[in-house]
Amino acid sequence: MTATTTTVPALQLKDVSKTFGSVIALRDITLHVDPGTVTCVLGDNGAGKSTLIKSLSGVHQATQGDLLVAGEKHDFGSPREALAAGIATVFQDLATVPLMSVWRNFFLGNEPRTSIGLLDASKARQICREELLAMGIDIRDLEQPVGTLSGGERQAVAIARAVYFGAKVLILDEPTSALGVKQSGVVLKYIRQAKARGIAVVFITHNPHHAFLVGDRFYLLNRGRLTNEFIKGEFEREELVKAMAGGAELDALAHELES
Amino acid sequence: MSASAAAPSDERLTQVSALTKLLRRPELGALLGAVVVFALFAAADTTGNFASLDGLANWTGVAAYYGIVAVPVALLMIGGEFDLSAGVMVGTSGLLAGLLTTEYGLSMWPAIGLTLAFAGLIGFVNGVLVLSTGLPSFIVTLAMYFSLRGINLGVTKLLTDTVRVGGVDKVPGYDSAQKVLASELGSHLFYIFVLWWLLITVVATVILTRTRFGNWIFAVGGDKNAARNTGVPVRRTKITLFMCTSVAAAFLGIIQLVRLRSMQAGQGIGDEFNFIICAAVGGCLLTGGFGSAIGASIGASIIGMAFLGISFAGWNTDWTFLFLGVILFIAVLVNTYTGRRAQGARK
Repeated sequence: MTATTTTVPALQLKDVSKTFGSVIALRDITLHVDPGTVTCVLGDNGAGKSTLIKSLSGVHQATQGDLLVAGEKHDFGSPREALAAGIATVFQDLATVPLMSVWRNFFLGNEPRTSIGLLDASKARQICREELLAMGIDIRDLEQPVGTLSGGERQAVAIARAVYFGAKVLILDEPTSALGVKQSGVVLKYIRQAKARGIAVVFITHNPHHAFLVGDRFYLLNRGRLTNEFIKGEFEREELVKAMAGGAELDALAHELES
Repeated sequence: MSASAAAPSDERLTQVSALTKLLRRPELGALLGAVVVFALFAAADTTGNFASLDGLANWTGVAAYYGIVAVPVALLMIGGEFDLSAGVMVGTSGLLAGLLTTEYGLSMWPAIGLTLAFAGLIGFVNGVLVLSTGLPSFIVTLAMYFSLRGINLGVTKLLTDTVRVGGVDKVPGYDSAQKVLASELGSHLFYIFVLWWLLITVVATVILTRTRFGNWIFAVGGDKNAARNTGVPVRRTKITLFMCTSVAAAFLGIIQLVRLRSMQAGQGIGDEFNFIICAAVGGCLLTGGFGSAIGASIGASIIGMAFLGISFAGWNTDWTFLFLGVILFIAVLVNTYTGRRAQGARK
């Protein structure tokens, strides 16, 4: 694939484990995420996806192991610290306020100000429009409340916001799970856009079909461990589905997925 | 709007109908209501004074009384919280300033300063209790309401053996305070605190719509978790709002003290609901995240017009609160309907 051996990974985990009391949520996770690629983390419910995201984004601190950002060791105490290091996470709730307008949401917490300290609304609107257009999102009225956007558009606003505020690593938590086929397609397009801008995208999903469409590298998570690693072009989609299903219930699941 | 500054892209903005834009304003319902109420009382007026400048000077005094606190209460409600102690705080602060001057020999201005600081502290306590216990602000501030109500009566009786604090007009500094806070202006005798009310409305509107803090108010009321995840200091924002509300109530209490030259221990009780009515009539959602300061002031104007208009119309004033109840219901109904239409009309 791409020259993964020569570029420095944007984000790397080395033998990371996370325990909650006696429960081992993650065990010896080693993975790396390269700039300008989409890394998919697949797993069923309870596989440890949420814990992994939270460990990457600074919500949890790993019990063991190292987290490296651009080759340097980091220890995030909070999501804000992770954000400062360029790791932005778009959680499932998207962190948008439904009743607030698109541009106010876009700049929430990072509002641009004029020289006298007031909100620079025209600048905010302009940047918001440009950034959304750059992602291929055409929202005609930035004053409309975010709650009136479709699920895909809201996802797009959240992604565009993360990209604009300097994300080098963009972690997407199940961005397509609540969406229909068409909306999912739109979000997958945004993932490609972000990738094209040189961002390292971490795409967490339980849907191997969505992952297969955009992923460059695939990690399979099962019961807190990484069980498989695939690289784009070196396997068939069926292998991914099969590995995820764990073999036993494969026929039934595959049937359901293909229908 | 000022969006036209984004020159190359605003051809899309013109597609949004002016009506939708208007419907999206939170204060629209209140404005229509104010026009209707004004027309109603101007028509029903038996004195011939309601629609005159004398009438205006009269009802703006009532409106200012409620508006001075209703505006910060609106901000607090947009931020997703209630303050049921705002009414009784008017009494508490009036009594405190009165006692500090008449019983403890402070002159007027230092007493005013101390009272405002004390109110800030009460607001801070409200905010910290709400945020650290996670209890609804409705309950926490209701407890504060009863506590202050008890303290007002208890302390006043203990120190003065009566239920009022009087004789404030003999305190040094009273005259200048009276001039700034409670004098009457012009030949129509407009109350000077109407200007304070308008100033508070303008400042609150600028804060709400044109500052970073204003954006945070909408965010913490609209979705607390989303606000926190995007880096908005939720605690600080809400505590500041509680403090502003308390300080505004104290400001009103001081105005009342200076105007009436005395303070009853029961002053302000019941006003907390009038403040909330103003905000709700003015388009604030009870669930937070939406509303305006101007709307709250229009709501206060409606109450002012109703209080005066009912007596000018020669109706029995016992019915005033029935009228307020109906106004509240209709206004919130209209607000909800227009708000829904504005959002539904988006596509």
